[in-house]
Amino acid sequence: MMEIEILRSGFDFLGIYGFFDGFMPDNLDWLVFLITSVILAMVIINALVISTALLTWFERRMLGRFQSRLGPNRWGPFGLLQPIADLVKLLTKEDTIPEGADKPVFTLAPIVFLVPALIVFAVIPLHGSSFLGRLNIGLIFVIAITSVNTLAIFMAGWSSLNKYAMFGAMRAVAMLVSYEIPMGISVVGVAIAAQTLGLSNVVLAQDIPFILVMPLGFLVFITAASAEMSRTPFDLIESDSELGAGYHTEYSGAKFALLQLTEFMAPVIVAALVTTLFLSGWRGYGPIPGPVWFIIKTFVVLFGFVWIRASWPRLRVDQIMSLAWKGLLPLSIVNLFVIAVEVFIFNPGEAGLSTRDLLIMTGINWSITIIALIVIFNVMGQSKLKRPEPVALPLANMYANTTVSKKATDLAEAD
Amino acid sequence: MSINTQPVTINLGPQHPSTHGVFRLRVTFDGEQVIDVEPVFGYLHRGTEKLAEERNYVQIVTLTDRLDYVAAMTNNLAYVRAVESLAGISVPDRGMYLRVISAELQRIASHLIATGFLLDELGAFHTPLIYCFRERERILELFEMLCGARITVSYMRPGGVFQDAPIDFWPRLDDFLSSMPGYLDELEGLITENEVVLARTRDMGILSAQDAIDASITGPVLRATGVQWDLRKAEPHEVYDRLDFDVPIGSVGDTYDRYYVRVQEMRQSLRIVQQCVEQIEPGPVRSETPYFIRPDAVDTYVGTESPKGELGFYIVSDGGISPYRMHIRAPSFINLTTLRDLLVGWKMADLIVIFGSIDIVVGEVDR
Amino acid sequence: MYGLGLAKGLVVTAKNLVLPSRMMTIQYPDRKVGLLGLSKATDTSLVDLIRKDPVNVFKALLGIADVKTSLPQHPRFRGEEFNWYEQRCTGCASCAKYCPLGIIEIVTSESGDQMQEGQKYHLDKFDIDIGRCMFCGLCVEACPYDALHMGSGFEEGKYRRQDLVIDKRQLVSAKKKPSTWFRPQLSNKNYDPHKGKNVKWDSAGRHEKPSLQQQQDKWAKR
Ligand code: SF4
Ligand code: SF4
Repeated sequence: MMEIEILRSGFDFLGIYGFFDGFMPDNLDWLVFLITSVILAMVIINALVISTALLTWFERRMLGRFQSRLGPNRWGPFGLLQPIADLVKLLTKEDTIPEGADKPVFTLAPIVFLVPALIVFAVIPLHGSSFLGRLNIGLIFVIAITSVNTLAIFMAGWSSLNKYAMFGAMRAVAMLVSYEIPMGISVVGVAIAAQTLGLSNVVLAQDIPFILVMPLGFLVFITAASAEMSRTPFDLIESDSELGAGYHTEYSGAKFALLQLTEFMAPVIVAALVTTLFLSGWRGYGPIPGPVWFIIKTFVVLFGFVWIRASWPRLRVDQIMSLAWKGLLPLSIVNLFVIAVEVFIFNPGEAGLSTRDLLIMTGINWSITIIALIVIFNVMGQSKLKRPEPVALPLANMYANTTVSKKATDLAEAD
Repeated sequence: MSINTQPVTINLGPQHPSTHGVFRLRVTFDGEQVIDVEPVFGYLHRGTEKLAEERNYVQIVTLTDRLDYVAAMTNNLAYVRAVESLAGISVPDRGMYLRVISAELQRIASHLIATGFLLDELGAFHTPLIYCFRERERILELFEMLCGARITVSYMRPGGVFQDAPIDFWPRLDDFLSSMPGYLDELEGLITENEVVLARTRDMGILSAQDAIDASITGPVLRATGVQWDLRKAEPHEVYDRLDFDVPIGSVGDTYDRYYVRVQEMRQSLRIVQQCVEQIEPGPVRSETPYFIRPDAVDTYVGTESPKGELGFYIVSDGGISPYRMHIRAPSFINLTTLRDLLVGWKMADLIVIFGSIDIVVGEVDR
Repeated sequence: MYGLGLAKGLVVTAKNLVLPSRMMTIQYPDRKVGLLGLSKATDTSLVDLIRKDPVNVFKALLGIADVKTSLPQHPRFRGEEFNWYEQRCTGCASCAKYCPLGIIEIVTSESGDQMQEGQKYHLDKFDIDIGRCMFCGLCVEACPYDALHMGSGFEEGKYRRQDLVIDKRQLVSAKKKPSTWFRPQLSNKNYDPHKGKNVKWDSAGRHEKPSLQQQQDKWAKR
């Protein structure tokens, strides 16, 4: 069968399947398939949930340090058990459903939100052939699955019959749909350069990490991705200073825990994707094994997210939309066009681009990136930054002849 | 094809993260656009003016702590000045210097809070806010040395301040004065040139100078429109006429100007405190005043430049030991008069930011 | 310009990340320490510590050992637990009259004792409802005999409101560590309530303690 063919390409799946197949009667193939899937699912879900828990701790500690605080340090060594404490707290809370809410949709939304996040992680190659990393349509799969969360957020916002939630949901739909386009186009650039759609093969094609080869694509992807997971400076879906909590205003207890879990899961997934697409995945140097490299790179990207979250304010909704359509979309198209032309010229054929080709591409792309960025900055209103000098208006003359002496202005200059 | 839409009315507050306390805005939105705003307040009404009628003049100092609770020192100052003018009490020099030092420190603290919360409303994840609070903490420590309390200071008395500063106050103040400009630079590095902040604050919520004057708006909000009006210069009280400082103004009157005027004012306040430290001389800090002040049956109004604007006390005396009537001209309250004109037409996110840039404290609005 | 402002912001936060002097958190009431911190806090050498207290050493290695800490406070801090000296108090009730909230309740009766220092009232009741007190210190300012002082503590959480009413018995038996607020005689002596010993009633006042001779001259030989 077609599906099985795709799945068989994953080494781990094949391994587990083969192991069980060895002592099962032939007519129970479906059972073996089921067992294998369940085992694999358990591994993936646990890996993801545990790393998410670790991320929440990491993020809160790092944010604390960025803000010259300590962050959670009470529960367990260095506060490492804090996620567990949070979970216990959330699960013991009353699970309320607002009156007048659309109950089935309200209940379904957290699940619809969570499942795609879990599925996406399955295709990310932790090393050469882990999980389902060799799925030959990995990139399309990722792009397709991640867009489901738009629906989930809208379900949550719509069903809870709360105006704040509705605002958050409407913003979410507008923003997520817009940012999917530049994100998709920048991913196409990766696919063309790597000459494949499978995530494992993308990693294998990166003799030079693609962040160096196509910085523009990286910039567009990471910007669009941080909008996709609604993190600073694009966190307007749940902008806490405006909407309170946005689409999950009405959620509590276990449902809220699921929503929060997914929300913290998104950075992990995006960081893993960035690592795979642009940071050459598990490939590294020295005796350190591949998965360790992968985790290190992922955490570097996560640290970047946390750093940005600690430093920058949020953009307004229409500015975010114009950034997507006026800024990122042209940039991503430029990136795609340049890559396509280069690949067409080098015409690598089956073997893929050689290191020399990649080096030449790097040089060209960096200069194009800088030019494109300057142009876009100017188009996006660099000129508006100039301001007139303040002039004291007439009312000031009321005491024009009093104290501001020459000494004062001298002092001000000395300051 | 046209889609049938209808406006949505939302109650922003009284429980909302960005309304600076229990303040309520009934906002009507057309999509994200604000089409009508109606401020509703009174949730923090404690009847300060009525309470004052049955307390004696010194006891009321404790009430003024609770008006603008992030700037208790300047409230104290405004009140005791009114009482002094009512009862004709003079203040010794050292007392005046101590008052100016504490009031200017309080101005820095208050502006730090205004800046921090403005950035929080812009969506920075508490980082500028916490940096601001860290520096404010050092001011509060200085206040603790001066008067044993950090927020509800009750430091000033009619006729001076209650007690001289302890000896270890001065080295700490010097320390603060020398390191604060560096921290301010750092804070500005985080905010002033940040493109996101610029995109969110430049040319947003413009208040014209004429509108501001017509609505008798005062303080940084007025100065941001380009009107160089500061009671410290216009009617110098305490020792402000012996000090050199500038009154920073803005050029456009938008949210960014309101932020930037505050930052510059903090630098000017540091300059003022520095000069006070150089000029202050030993001596008494409080003139001999009776415990129970009995002014003649007169009335008086005295305005003082508080961090939010002109804080005025109008006191009517009937010759007794407590005022017959006291009215407070609260700058936060009066600065809200143009709120509707400022907010209508902007997006929801701008509403929060423009509202935050006016910098109100609900304790003062509701009194 | 060109995103440099954003980069500048990143540099500022990074600076705050790496510079330990920018930390603002003071851990209270206890502080998590590592091994070195533990040996420093308990003032024992590392070897001694491992020999004597292996449990805590193990905890410290895990990072879950804690050490008690206190908050730094100025001696002038206006705290709870009023300090009241029965010996100095004449029952004049100035404090009660001057309190803006009227939360000091004083009941006095005539007494014939302590003739030596002049006749004074006997205090039947001296209650302060610190549940409503705002620690303005006006009562202290009003007391003409330096009998009432602000306290220096603040950990006065109670489960019931009526427990917060401090009565005469509690006031008499409480630790006498007055704050130096409005008490220049204490701040001139560089007295620190958070470290120093209890202050006796005869050294808490603004007036010199009379010698025995003076007392006899003034009272006994009248
Ligand atoms: S501190 Fe103030 S409120 Fe408290 S008892 Fe004394 S006078 Fe009353
Ligand atoms: S004012 Fe002083 S002496 Fe008078 S009753 Fe109060 S504590 Fe006692």
